[in-house]
Amino acid sequence: MRYISNTPAQQREMLATIGAGTIEDLLARIPQKARLSRPLALAEPLAEGDLVRHMRALAGRNADAESFACFLGAGHYDHAIPSPINHLISRGEFFTAYTPYQPEASQGTLRTIYEYQTMIAELTGMDVANASIYDGGSALAEAALMARDITGRNEVVMTAGVHPLSRRVVETYGQGLGLQLRTAPLGDGITDADGLRKAVSGKTAAIVVQSPNLFGCLEEIADAAAVAHEAGALLIASVDPVNLGVLEAPGAQGVDICVGEGQGLGVPLGFGGPNLGVLAVKKDFIRRIPGRLAGATVDLDGHRGFVLTLQAREQHIRREKATSNICTNVALCALMGTIYMSIMGKAGLVRVGELSTAKAHYAAEVLAAVPGVRLRFGAPFFKEFTLALSKPPERVARRLLKDRILAGVPLARFDRKLRDCLVVAVTERRTRAEIDAFAAALAKAVA
Amino acid sequence: MAEEVRGAAEGEPSEALKPVRGAAEGEPSAASKRSYDKLIFELSSPGRHAFSLPEPDVPKSDVQALLPERHLRRQPAELPEVSEVDVIRHYSRLSRLNYGVDTHFYPLGSCTMKYNPRINEDMARLPGFGALHPLAPEEASQGALQLMHELAADLAEIAGMDAVSLQPAAGAQGELAGVLMIRAYHLANGERRTKVLIPDSAHGTNPASTAIAGYRVVQLKSEANGEVDVLDLERNLDDETAAFMLTLPNTLGMFEPRIIEIIEMCHAKGVQVYMDGANLNAILGIVRPGDLGFDVCHFNLHKTFTTPHGGGGPGAGPVGVKSHLMPFLPTPVVTRREGRARRSRRRAERSVDAKAGGTPTYALDWNRPKSIGKLQTFWGNFGMLVRAYTYLRTMGPAGLRSVSDNAVLNANYIMKRLEAHYDAGAPGPCMHECVMSARRQKKLGVTALDIAKRLLDLGFYAPSIYFPLIVEEALMIEPTETESKETLDEFCDAMIRIAKEAEEHPAVIHDAPLTTPVRRLDQTRAARYPDLRWRPPAESSRV
Repeated sequence: MRYISNTPAQQREMLATIGAGTIEDLLARIPQKARLSRPLALAEPLAEGDLVRHMRALAGRNADAESFACFLGAGHYDHAIPSPINHLISRGEFFTAYTPYQPEASQGTLRTIYEYQTMIAELTGMDVANASIYDGGSALAEAALMARDITGRNEVVMTAGVHPLSRRVVETYGQGLGLQLRTAPLGDGITDADGLRKAVSGKTAAIVVQSPNLFGCLEEIADAAAVAHEAGALLIASVDPVNLGVLEAPGAQGVDICVGEGQGLGVPLGFGGPNLGVLAVKKDFIRRIPGRLAGATVDLDGHRGFVLTLQAREQHIRREKATSNICTNVALCALMGTIYMSIMGKAGLVRVGELSTAKAHYAAEVLAAVPGVRLRFGAPFFKEFTLALSKPPERVARRLLKDRILAGVPLARFDRKLRDCLVVAVTERRTRAEIDAFAAALAKAVA
Repeated sequence: MAEEVRGAAEGEPSEALKPVRGAAEGEPSAASKRSYDKLIFELSSPGRHAFSLPEPDVPKSDVQALLPERHLRRQPAELPEVSEVDVIRHYSRLSRLNYGVDTHFYPLGSCTMKYNPRINEDMARLPGFGALHPLAPEEASQGALQLMHELAADLAEIAGMDAVSLQPAAGAQGELAGVLMIRAYHLANGERRTKVLIPDSAHGTNPASTAIAGYRVVQLKSEANGEVDVLDLERNLDDETAAFMLTLPNTLGMFEPRIIEIIEMCHAKGVQVYMDGANLNAILGIVRPGDLGFDVCHFNLHKTFTTPHGGGGPGAGPVGVKSHLMPFLPTPVVTRREGRARRSRRRAERSVDAKAGGTPTYALDWNRPKSIGKLQTFWGNFGMLVRAYTYLRTMGPAGLRSVSDNAVLNANYIMKRLEAHYDAGAPGPCMHECVMSARRQKKLGVTALDIAKRLLDLGFYAPSIYFPLIVEEALMIEPTETESKETLDEFCDAMIRIAKEAEEHPAVIHDAPLTTPVRRLDQTRAARYPDLRWRPPAESSRV
């Protein structure tokens, strides 16, 4: 049997040592009426060659970003993934280890977590980053619950540009604790400043602002922070870390808790997971942070070493009083991010942002010049923008599949009022030729 | 979800704070002199770079002109400036400071550290899976949706559940989803129940997840062998109780012999029963939680179904439910429509179409008004789902059954070989893991922690220690089915050697580990003076 090492002879020897006749004897504590009396009704096994053929056939029915020009965003982006990442994370010493409970035998993982924390703190301008949360949505939910604990208030003001699926995660995490969500309305692509002020009260634990928001527009984070702090609330910012080579650091804009989806930092699209949930805070909140933290210390010989630390926050110590229930997080994705940030480095990450925003602005110009297509909002955008189309965007997107273009994300599924809208994302991977082809195909589709 | 309690060690002021050079004064160990000690930042050199990016191919590329100045970063992010060679060598060297399943026997109890098949990795990296955007049109992601639909059906069959959501990212998130569904179910029945019962032997995530779901946790005392104290359970079952959450086999590695009766007792009081599926590796094709009466159970694909542990994730924690909980499943649900049925509304027509043999289509169903909502922004840790699916198709039904048989055999073999030298946490036979106690060794001044450290020197990763909490000096050993008798013998020989050392010369255990890249680390100092990020030497003040 594949992946099982013992031979029948060894099994017999082992049973003899145990003093049991058969493996069945070892299962004697299981009452007969609890037993399954038939084999599991599952597909019969396939030999590796047949399995690969089957898997390729399944994979072949998907329009992936290797064979299509991908202008899809809304949370996940087709940024370039440098080759060394896959080679390094494929080292068994990394990917077949687990949570570094024995630090002496896990210094590799612990060091990479410490490096990751450092890079995320540096990039976001926050004081402390944790070792990762599952994804951007669950990181946002953890941040909202954290703000609730810190302020003792039970209401969170979500600005209208927060990704509706991430907002749904916050609602899900908050339902048992009675967390109330209010919405601050949208102005011209970004949060309406007056509307935000009106939505905030003495009950507000936090304002959540996402920048760039669902529509690709850049929110006024510092203004939102001022509104939050005036009300004694926290500001939670949800950002895309890969943009932060160019965009101002949340920490420099008064943000208290910074979260984000770090998929763009070298993590494959992977149909939406696994992801890289980023969470970083001001140092006042260090003992309230959810999840793992790696810290530097010394060993008995005085040599630098790393451990999981401040564990008295965590579920395996504090149980129902823990800051979160998270245990397994996404360490290997954090490692991808760490390697990505090392390869891009100080200059490369700036270039990724510059190229993405330049190409996005070019795309916005040529796409909005197509008759029947216009830019929906006037606010500044970064690598993603919203078009209003004269034809239903879902139909247009389907039609463009024939030209091997993944055109963008129709907003109808999130908001009926925006059913004429298509959100288009452009990363450094897109070429001018692809953008021009997109414009030409779009012109035909909306004509 | 491995459990290791060292909070106490962290919290209390220890001697370790004072001496930076402790027990082995003077000579640092040979290993620590050799081992690689750099951080990537310490390799940085201004102007060096590893990236390869295109020149701009569009007319306007100056960000200063494209974006308002207030949005632009003022202070550059100080990321490392290194070459590709630096990166490859640094992370290769760091990897060598780890023990992993590929390099060492890794008997971490409750974590099912089995071999991670390479074909799974290859399949997850097929571009049609790895480079697929989650918001690609449904007609352009049929292969991915089909895989999810089939995997959910297979997991439902394995656990005897009626439906499975693949969305939770890890076991703890599966627990949260499960408890929230139970809550929604009670609320839909007009019942506001307030508490959840959890044995004191449970994984820490159980009470933590339950607390987020808004319930009060009532901890039940277990019997000495980890079994449910049925009388105590009965006393606590009332109309305030929403759920009873338990692990099967329990965290002592024992099957709960009265499980059917226990579940019936709960159901009689309207209490839902949740199974923590961390130990599912013990019962594949032998027992199905759904057949026993469980209402909800989660799966850890990174344990039972061979997706790699990644140094602490990503995992995947699908959650299965019985039909009465299906309306509350996380959104969206992957659905299958038989060929051409889409256009036929009437049932009679649909069955005709199915017979006609059109290609089925798969879709994401968002129209689920009673759903608890979403656990992640997208659909789940799909890359892990591909790996688990590949594994299931590799093994088949007989293969899975053989997994559990051999996992049980291996654990019992270890237990038998060790029981003359260590106390058993509970009398055997056990299921897929055995819990031993170092209480005998503790009397000689050797703790479970000491034994764990000594094992590292002898070439093994350590079992989970100090868990379950109800066993003194617990060593929780889970060998898994992928290990051979030879490996188990080497491990048992090492454990027996340590038991002898404890009696004859415990110093060698107290000094351990000596062969690892670092020696024992000062946890107290780490917690007392948190140093959670690197800073250049000039500005090195701790955060």
